[in-house]
Amino acid sequence: MTDRVDQRVREDRSPLSPAVLAGAEAFARSWATAVIGSSYVPMTRAEVAQHLQDLTETLVEALFATPFRTAPGYEIGSRLVDAHFTGTDTLGRTIQLLGDDLPAELGFPGDARLTSRLSALQGALAAGYARALRERTLAEQEAIRAAVLDARDQAESMLRASEARFRAMFTEAAIGIGIAAIDGRILDVNQALQDMLGFSVEEMRQYNVRDLMHPEDAGSVWRLYDQLIAGECDHYRAEKRFHRADGEQVWTHLTLSLVRDDHGEPQYQVAMIEDVTDRHLLQNRLRYQALHDPLTGLPNRALFLERLGRVFNNRAKHVRAGLCYLDLDGFKVINDSLGHDTGDQLLVEVGRRLDHSVSGEGKLVARMGGDEFVILVEGSSGEQDIVDVADRVLTELEAPIRIAGHELSVSASIGIVERQLSGTTSADLMRDADITLYWAKADGKARWALYDPERNAREVARFTLSATMPRALERGEFYVEYQPLVRLEDSTVTGVEALVRWQHPEFGRLAPDRFIELAEETGLIVPLGRWVLRKACQEARRWLVEFGDAAPFVSVNLAVRQSRDPELVRDVKQILDECALPPHHLQLELTESAIMGTADEPLEALRALCDMGVRIAIDDFGTGYSNLAYLKHLPVHELKIAGSFMEGLRAENEEDPVDAQIVATLVQLAHALSLGVTAEGVETPAQAARLLRLGCDTGQGWFFARPGPPENIDSLLRGDL
Amino acid sequence: MERPNWAPGDIDLERPSVARVYDYWLGGAHNFAADRAVAQQTLETMPELRGVVLNHRAFLRRAVRYLLGHGVRQFLDLGSGIPTVGNVHEIAQAADPQARVVYVDIDPVAVAHSRSLLAGNGQVSVLHADIRDWAGVLASDEVDKQLDFDEPVAVLMIALLHFVPDEEDPWGIVGGYRDRLSPGGFLAISHAGYEADEETEASRQARKIYDRDVTRMRFRDPAEISRLFDGFALVEPGVVRVPAWRPESPADVEESGKRFPGFGAIGRKA
Repeated sequence: MTDRVDQRVREDRSPLSPAVLAGAEAFARSWATAVIGSSYVPMTRAEVAQHLQDLTETLVEALFATPFRTAPGYEIGSRLVDAHFTGTDTLGRTIQLLGDDLPAELGFPGDARLTSRLSALQGALAAGYARALRERTLAEQEAIRAAVLDARDQAESMLRASEARFRAMFTEAAIGIGIAAIDGRILDVNQALQDMLGFSVEEMRQYNVRDLMHPEDAGSVWRLYDQLIAGECDHYRAEKRFHRADGEQVWTHLTLSLVRDDHGEPQYQVAMIEDVTDRHLLQNRLRYQALHDPLTGLPNRALFLERLGRVFNNRAKHVRAGLCYLDLDGFKVINDSLGHDTGDQLLVEVGRRLDHSVSGEGKLVARMGGDEFVILVEGSSGEQDIVDVADRVLTELEAPIRIAGHELSVSASIGIVERQLSGTTSADLMRDADITLYWAKADGKARWALYDPERNAREVARFTLSATMPRALERGEFYVEYQPLVRLEDSTVTGVEALVRWQHPEFGRLAPDRFIELAEETGLIVPLGRWVLRKACQEARRWLVEFGDAAPFVSVNLAVRQSRDPELVRDVKQILDECALPPHHLQLELTESAIMGTADEPLEALRALCDMGVRIAIDDFGTGYSNLAYLKHLPVHELKIAGSFMEGLRAENEEDPVDAQIVATLVQLAHALSLGVTAEGVETPAQAARLLRLGCDTGQGWFFARPGPPENIDSLLRGDL
Repeated sequence: MERPNWAPGDIDLERPSVARVYDYWLGGAHNFAADRAVAQQTLETMPELRGVVLNHRAFLRRAVRYLLGHGVRQFLDLGSGIPTVGNVHEIAQAADPQARVVYVDIDPVAVAHSRSLLAGNGQVSVLHADIRDWAGVLASDEVDKQLDFDEPVAVLMIALLHFVPDEEDPWGIVGGYRDRLSPGGFLAISHAGYEADEETEASRQARKIYDRDVTRMRFRDPAEISRLFDGFALVEPGVVRVPAWRPESPADVEESGKRFPGFGAIGRKA
C-alpha cells in the first residue's frame, strides 16, 4: 500500500517551483531529524528522509492547491502510521515543526492565508494520524489477543494429546496401576490391576486401600503407608501379597507414590503393582532347595545356622535354648562295607526317626552333613529338657533298621548343650556341642554327654599346656628338683631322684603329673627327658667332684616313649661322656608297663645301658601287672615299691597286716632276684622303722626330705642337717 | 529444558514476556498491561533504552541486507519474538521472493502471532522451541522443510544471547548451530554488553528491574562475544558497538554515541 501511495506522490510532484521544492526538501530533513528514534521504522536514514520529503511535497501541494482541501493532510497522518512512525512523540514533534518551520522554509513566513491553510492541514494530519494509529493499535491488540487464543488452543490441544497419551499409558500398561484419595478411597484402577486381582473397577471403588491389607504383610508396609499418607515420605517400595477375588493369592512388588498439589499438600496416592507370583514361587523353591538337604529332606546346615542366628537375635533376657549334636557311631564301617547306597538309605531312615521323635514347636532337626545331625530346641526350661530329647532319640534309634535285606543296628553319640542365651553366642553353642559330642564318643559311644564347663576348662588348660610346652623348654621354664634316696640301715644318702618341674608363667609351679602325660602325647617327652637327664648328670658330676665317694647317684625317670626311642642309648652315653660321669652314678627309672609290656627292642636298649654300667630301676612296682617269671631275666637292679603300700605302715601303734605282708613279700622277692628295694612315700618314723625291720634297703619320702633344689642335697651331704 | 515438550507451559498474561516488552519498545501494540508496565518502568530508569532496542532492530535490518548482498537466501532467526515490523522475511523477500526463513521462539504467543501473520507464506515457518536445544531445533520439521544446509544459511541471534547465562553454555549452543552450517554459512549476533567497568548506574538499575520482572540478563564484553564466533571468520568491522556495525549513515553512529551498551558482528564459517 505504501508503495502505491509513493508512486502517486511522485507523479504529482511536477507543479511545484524549484524554490518551493528546495524549501520542502530542507523541511523534510528537519522533520526526519525530529522523528527518527521515536519509534522503529524499518528504513535507512536516507529512506526515511526520502519518505518524509514525499509527504512534505504532498503537503505543500495541498497548501497551495485550488480548491483547498484538507484530505491530503489526513492522508499524510495516516501514512506516517503506516510507515510505523508510531512513537508517542512523533505526532507532537511533527505538528510543532510544521507550524514553526514550514512557512519560513517555503519563503512565506507570516502569510495569513497560508498559516490558516497550514493549521487546517495540521488538524487533518493529526486526525488522520490518530485515526490510523487507533486502527493500527486496535488491529495489533486484536492480533495479539488472537495469538494468545491460538497459543492457548495449541497448548490445550497439546494438553489433551498428552492427557490422551497418559490415559492410554494408564489403560494399556502391563503393570497394575491404581489411584486412591488420601483417605484411602480407591478412585481408579487400570485393566492390568483388575486382571491381577480379579475385581472390576466398580468393585475396586467400593474398597479402601486398607481393605487390601493381608495378614502376611510385613509391618513396615503399613507403617510406611501411614508415613506416606501423612506426607512424611514421597514413595516407598515393598513386597506385598494381595487376596484375589477367587481366593488365590498374588505376590506383588508394590511401589506407592504420593502426589502432592501445588502447595505441597498430599493429594493422591498412586500404586504401581507388579505381579511377581511366579518369581516368588520360584524363589521359594530355590530357597527351599538351598536350605534343605536333598537326601533326607531335613533342613540343612545353612537353614539351621540361620535359625540359630535368629534365635540369638530375637532373644529375650532369660530365654534358654538347647542343642543336641548327634553323630552316628560306626557309620563309616556301614558305608565302607555295605556301600554308599545303603549308607544313604540309613541316613534317610535316621533322619526320619529324628524328625519323628522331636517334632514340635520350637524344635528343629537338621542334617549338618555326613552322618551328623543337630537338634535345636528353642525355649527349653533346663538341661533335663534336652536330656529327654536325647534319650528319646537314642531309644528311637534302638530298633534295627532294615535296608536291602540287612538288619542294621545303629547307635549314636550326642553332645548336649543347654543354657541361657544371654552371655553366649551361637558360635559358642555350636563349639561346645561339638566338644561334648567328642566327649560322648570318647566316653564309649551310644550315649549322650552333657556339656561340663569344668571339664572343658581342664581340657582347655591341657591344650594350652601342651601348646606352650615346646616354647617353655626353649625359654627354660623347666627346672629339676632332687629328693634323697636314703639307706635305711645308716641313713646315708646314696642317691637322689631327679624330678622335673615347670614354672609356668600363667599357672605357676606345675608338678610332673600335670604335664608329663601331655608331653608323652605330643612327643615332647623325648627332648624334655633328654634335657632332664643332662641336667641331672651335670649335678651328679658336680657332687662327684665335690663329695667324692660320698656323692649320690642320680635317679632319672624314663617315660615309656623315651624308653622306645632308638636314640636312647646313644643319648645316654653322650650325656655321660659330656659330663664325665661314671655310668654307675646314673640310675634310670622305668614303670612296670614300660619294661614288661614291650617288644624286644627297648629291652635290648636296657641291656645295652645295663652293660654300660647304668643302673635300672622299676618304678611304682606292685601297681602294674608284672610278669614275675620274666622279671628274672630283665636287666634290672632296683625295685621301687609304690607309695600306696606304705599307707598301712604309717601309724605308730598298729600296722595293716596285709600291706605289711605285701611289702615284706616284695622285699623278699627282690632280694631273691638279687635286686635292691626302695620304698617310696615314706612319711613317718614308724614307716621308716618298719621298712628297716622288713629288710627294705632304701627309703624315699617326706620323712627324709622333700624334693628341693640341688643345694639342699649339698647341705645334706655336708651333714648340715 | 525443565519441562518435557509435550507438557505445555502456562500462558499467563499477568507475567511480562520478553517478546512483548520488546514490541512495546519498538512502538508496537502487541502487548498487554503487564508488559507495558515493565517496559515503561524500565524506560523511566533508562530513557535511552528505546534507542538501544531500535538499534538492535536496525542491526537486524543491516545484517540481513548484508547477507542478502552476499548471496544468502536462507535465514534461521533464533529468538525472533513478536513480528512487529521490519521482519527478516519482509526484508529478505523484498530482495528475493524465493528467500526462506525459519523463525524460532520460546514464547507461545509470539509463535502463534507469527504463524497467523505468515499463514499462506510457504517460504516461511515458525517453530515453537527453546533455542538452547539446538539439536531439537535443527532436527525440527520446520527447519527440515525450509532450509537446505548444503546452501548458505545464516543463523541470526539478535538481542538474544544476553538472556543465556554462562552456566547454560551459550558458546556450546552457538557451536551446535555452527557445526550444522556448511562452509560459507553465516552467524549474526547482537548482544548487550559493555567494555569492562563501563556500565552506568542507570543501566545497572534498569537491568535489575528487567532481571527481576522479565528475565535475567548477562552482559558480555567484546572478548566474550568474539568467542561466540569460534569457527567463523568475522567480517569487517568485527565485533563493534551495534550502531557502528556498517552504519547506513554517519549520523546513526554519532547519535548513538560511542558508549552504546551492546555489540554486533557477523562471522562467515570457514
